[in-house]
Amino acid sequence: MSKRICMGNEAIALGAIAAGVKVVTGYPGTPSTEIIETFVHEKNPNVNVQWSTNEKVALEVAAGAAYAGARAMVTMKQVGLNVASDPLMCLSYIGVEGGLVVAVADDPGPWSSQTEQDTRSFARHANLPVFDPSSPEEAYEMVQEAFNLSEEFKLPVILRPTTRVCHASATVRLKDDVKQITTLGFEKRPEWCIFPSLSYVKHGELEIKQNTLSNKFDTSIFNKIFKGSRKGIAVSGVSYLYLKEVIKEFNLDVSIFKIGTPYPLPAGLAEKFVSTVDSILVIEELDPIVEEQLLILAAGRIPIFGKNTDDTPYNGEFSFEVIKKALFGYLGIENKEEPKEELPQMPMRPPVLCGGCPHRASFYAAKIATKDFKKPIYCGDIGCYTLGNAAPLNMVDTCLCMGAGITVAQGLALAEPGTKCLAFIGDSTFFHTGIPGVINAVYNNTDITIVVLDNRTTAMTGCQPHPGTGKTAMGEPAKALDIEAILRACGVEEIYTVNPFDYSESVEVFKKAVSFNGPSAVIAKAPCITLIKMPPTVHRVNESCIGCLNCINELGCPAMTPNEKGFVVINESTCTDCGLCANVCPVDAIQRGERNG
Amino acid sequence: MVKSIVIAGVGGQGTLFASKIISCAAQSKGYFVRTSETIGMAQRGGSVCGHIRIDSEELAPVIPSGHADMLIAFELAEAARQILKLAHGAQCVVNIDTIIPTNVALKKGKYLADEYLKALKSYFPNGVFISGGKLALEAGDARTLNIVLLGASVGAGALPFTEEEILEAIKSCLKPKLVEMNVKAFNLGMQEAKKLRNSNS
Repeated sequence: MSKRICMGNEAIALGAIAAGVKVVTGYPGTPSTEIIETFVHEKNPNVNVQWSTNEKVALEVAAGAAYAGARAMVTMKQVGLNVASDPLMCLSYIGVEGGLVVAVADDPGPWSSQTEQDTRSFARHANLPVFDPSSPEEAYEMVQEAFNLSEEFKLPVILRPTTRVCHASATVRLKDDVKQITTLGFEKRPEWCIFPSLSYVKHGELEIKQNTLSNKFDTSIFNKIFKGSRKGIAVSGVSYLYLKEVIKEFNLDVSIFKIGTPYPLPAGLAEKFVSTVDSILVIEELDPIVEEQLLILAAGRIPIFGKNTDDTPYNGEFSFEVIKKALFGYLGIENKEEPKEELPQMPMRPPVLCGGCPHRASFYAAKIATKDFKKPIYCGDIGCYTLGNAAPLNMVDTCLCMGAGITVAQGLALAEPGTKCLAFIGDSTFFHTGIPGVINAVYNNTDITIVVLDNRTTAMTGCQPHPGTGKTAMGEPAKALDIEAILRACGVEEIYTVNPFDYSESVEVFKKAVSFNGPSAVIAKAPCITLIKMPPTVHRVNESCIGCLNCINELGCPAMTPNEKGFVVINESTCTDCGLCANVCPVDAIQRGERNG
Repeated sequence: MVKSIVIAGVGGQGTLFASKIISCAAQSKGYFVRTSETIGMAQRGGSVCGHIRIDSEELAPVIPSGHADMLIAFELAEAARQILKLAHGAQCVVNIDTIIPTNVALKKGKYLADEYLKALKSYFPNGVFISGGKLALEAGDARTLNIVLLGASVGAGALPFTEEEILEAIKSCLKPKLVEMNVKAFNLGMQEAKKLRNSNS
């Protein structure tokens, strides 16, 4: 036993290693990314780790490993499970041999996501058991139990940490020994092939398993009743820690039903709780999973408060304050809000494209190249470049989900013929779900311009490699897939590859591509600034600056600010010397020079 | 004892690493540590804020409003943004250098530097306010600002750790070739805070 401060995601990876996991797959996505990154750092020779092209691929690879009896884990963020939902739904029928843990990180808030969907709802939809850790130390224990449960029930098991578990750290007691698992290898059986007649049988079995799972969870160490007054509280996930802190601070007397397995609800334990309290307030982030199961189980015997009574919100993350308010309301305690003290107005500070980001150069060149077209539409996608929607670039008119820029652009072009639609997509996203959209545009000969913003990495999630980078997750050399060759193989004939920092060339290329009637593509290729070494030179504003602020107003580079006199100053510790600003200065006041700081 | 610490700054300033060092020092002393961090989209130049809670097995990872004992802030407005997170009588160590948000440069908002400093000084009469950027450059790299502020926190006597304990944590968390520069940054920050304390007393 040793103690280590682990981020929740790290604890999940270390728990899986302790459980003898052999194959780990996933696609990066906040807040799940550090699970696989931990495997990369740990370099455990018994674990085969990969970044997969997308979550569907990742789940299927992990499933194959589990078919052969290996313990496998797949990681993704909540919206990744939408991509992986096809294999997930079928896997609940087909089942597994080795333990398969599907670690899906939810993002109440949301902090870094398109939706606030609740993976526990997915678990219920797929008839799969789900663990909902309240802390990194519990996640460490749960992932190990999830493997055992998966093998016992021959089902994938979902582990659903949330941002405040994934990106929280805690002192975790780590086991010294690793469970030894022998992989027996794939055994050929007719049940591995899904057919309607088999599905009918498997569906029946799956429904029966829901009851046996519920019974099994009655004795799980992750589900506990803490007896107090006849005022009951049922709580799941990180809310348990907020609740404990509120109770401790205000010395409240309540009974607590702490639930670590929200689906299927441990019905026996829940029945015991229902019979010993007069009412229950349910505290869980996002969907009312525990709440709805308790409502059914209690069947009107006692009142169940929560989302159905507007006592807790559906959206946003919970906190000490949210739970205090709900709890005080429930217990009839006056919630005295301290008078808000007057503070000066704070500036908004939303995230922005970094100083020197090649996406800024690409967006700006595309903007200039299309300025004479009537209403060009700029479809965006998921990644750092979504930030191109902010002023002053205003270059992301739509953003839906991974890969949707290329396809939404086609729909727009069909609805408004003659409208020039540009679809911006990052390199990693291109591999993830971009390619089928390209094929669709070519097949249906739709006039769009695909812009691949190839910065040689998966930047937003912290620079993971992808199929175009020539590196595997473990840093081993891999075949680097050529995006231009893929586009060509998909049938795109009008393709230009350009360095976006070559401003005039980029503008020319965008003009040509957009003018082409039919599917065309521009690959804007320059590495993410986090991959480059800062050059010894910078761009600097000299005394000829007239204070017109054209550079800031056109580009919005965070390395540039006006000084007290109204002239522009470039921060020399963040300027990458990209030189884009020099192209927009009307008086040539921005010049290259030696770096000072 | 200081148990709940807020570290605030702008994405890219190294708040995560500062948080890691304090956690590491607390762990070495045998405390249970919880932290909570901003990771993801906000890291691209947005407001970021990390929470550290020491001796916290029974506490949540996020510090409730009015419950923090200490603030270490890497930027002036980001310091002011956290005022209500802190308990009355809390300590703060603030880098008063400013980073003007792009939307303010685009005239889509105001940055009221004097008012932020005034508010901070009225809430935290014993606060430590330093201009850390030039000290980081003096140490050899603007990116050592986080370590300058850790040094200032130790110099102000605001952290429940000694100079040796934090230095030990810095050394254990850094690549060997970066240690010398960061120790220099730490010492510069520590001396600055001590100097301020002496001139005030």
